Amino acid sequence: MKRLINLAPSPAARLMLGLLPFLLLLLLYLVASDARLTENPGDKLLPAFSQMGDAMERLATEPSKRSGELVFWQDTASSLQRLGLGVLIAAVLGLLVGMFTGALPMVSASMSPLLTVISLVPPLALLPILFIVFGLGEVSKVALIAIGITPFIARDLQQRTREIPAEQLVKAQTLGASTTQILVRVVLPQLFPRLIDSVRLSLGAGWLFLIAAEAIAATDGLGYRIFLVRRYLSMDVILPYVAWITLLAFLFDWVLRQSNRRLFPWYAQGGAS
Amino acid sequence: MIEAHNVSKAYGDTQVLERISMNVGDGEFITMVGASGCGKSTFLKMLLGTESPTGGELVLDGKPIPDEPGPDRGIVFQQYSVFPHLSVLENVMVACAFSRPGIGWLIGNARLSAKRQSMELLERVGLTAAINRYPHELSGGMKQRLAIAQALINQPRILLLDEPFGALDPGIRADMHELVLQLWRETGLTVFMVTHDLKEGFYLGTRLWVFDKLRNDPQAPGAFGATITYDLKVGEVDPETYDTISSRVHETARAVEETLPEVMP
Repeated sequence: MKRLINLAPSPAARLMLGLLPFLLLLLLYLVASDARLTENPGDKLLPAFSQMGDAMERLATEPSKRSGELVFWQDTASSLQRLGLGVLIAAVLGLLVGMFTGALPMVSASMSPLLTVISLVPPLALLPILFIVFGLGEVSKVALIAIGITPFIARDLQQRTREIPAEQLVKAQTLGASTTQILVRVVLPQLFPRLIDSVRLSLGAGWLFLIAAEAIAATDGLGYRIFLVRRYLSMDVILPYVAWITLLAFLFDWVLRQSNRRLFPWYAQGGAS
Repeated sequence: MIEAHNVSKAYGDTQVLERISMNVGDGEFITMVGASGCGKSTFLKMLLGTESPTGGELVLDGKPIPDEPGPDRGIVFQQYSVFPHLSVLENVMVACAFSRPGIGWLIGNARLSAKRQSMELLERVGLTAAINRYPHELSGGMKQRLAIAQALINQPRILLLDEPFGALDPGIRADMHELVLQLWRETGLTVFMVTHDLKEGFYLGTRLWVFDKLRNDPQAPGAFGATITYDLKVGEVDPETYDTISSRVHETARAVEETLPEVMP
């Protein structure tokens, strides 16, 4: 018998082992839900899949009586718009701050301490301030996401910029490059794939801030809906919404990873240094 | 063209180089050998401009060498010399763009002529078949060929080579020697090459410098720096001198090794 540390599953076994926990959880839910529903058909805590299906069909295909919109799609569109804008702003700001503080010691000297302090401020504690300053509209929600993840991206890219071998910067100088030319042709293009990695890591936090902001003040959005229907214990809506958010998060991560591979083959294939 | 007047270099209490005086003319090919930690790379960095002497004066054409790298002094490092995110052709073309004002992109005719020029040089170093590959798809020898082409495209007066072939297989290394010698003859530039390999130093180039410590204090390894102990015309060295230098360098290498932890920064 080999040592446990040297035992690895075959590809087929790996797939099975990976699926196993999902199947077990599913089974557990089905059994528990069934048991509760037999006892009390009006139970709301663990709805059957058919009940969830009905609820989602209603939200996704029947116009709402109040606004005439398809609630599910309207929620999705609003949330994605907020998240997309927030992340985009954070990515652009983070890239610029990270590159300049990472590459220019003079900028770093004046900005890095500030950046460190800002990154320690809990963004959610700023939410009331954002509501006061920007009102309860879209701006405050987008601002929360942007403020929440910009420091992380900026510090990550600052580090990535400093990891670019000094030899490359010296080489560019011996070829006559100015600071601008080095930033534009040597540093910036090498930061793009790292920015995508950084955004992938910060999307989780992005969702957190989005749902928090929507829960507190919004009139639509995935987070808003979940917190709204909580009052009626509508698990048949909450659970599919959570699954939908998870699926969206997974898809974004996958798209970003794929685009990194396609757009920057030199990075994905280990040519980064 | 390049003169050193009693140049020395110290990091804090550690003396790396001391009492270096020399005079190099246009078109010379100088190889620098010595044990590791004997300051030959530090000396190259002073020529490059990333380090400055702590004593004495290093002069290029009558003016002190600027304390940052510039287009008159090209460099090839042992690694990380090329830009990983650019293809072979782009790696050379970007060098053309760097030599002009602007933000680093060439357009129209300037781009076409840069491309033509780059293709010509890449042909001379034997990379024509690989122009669309990225550096991580190249072998070590090809990478260094690219680094050399890149360093030469803007026609620097001085080419600095920092153990450029240290990581290559012996066969490839011989090819690279040939290439460097050929380019040196064609362009007439002044070459400084640091090498670990004593033999390489003895037949490549026109002049050999041996960096060595004349004095060594085991109790205070940082007290004395290295200097140029031999300054030889290549081709006029008899086997005996080779043996003497070889054993001296090895002796110093061992001495440095034993006291290493605090020697180099």
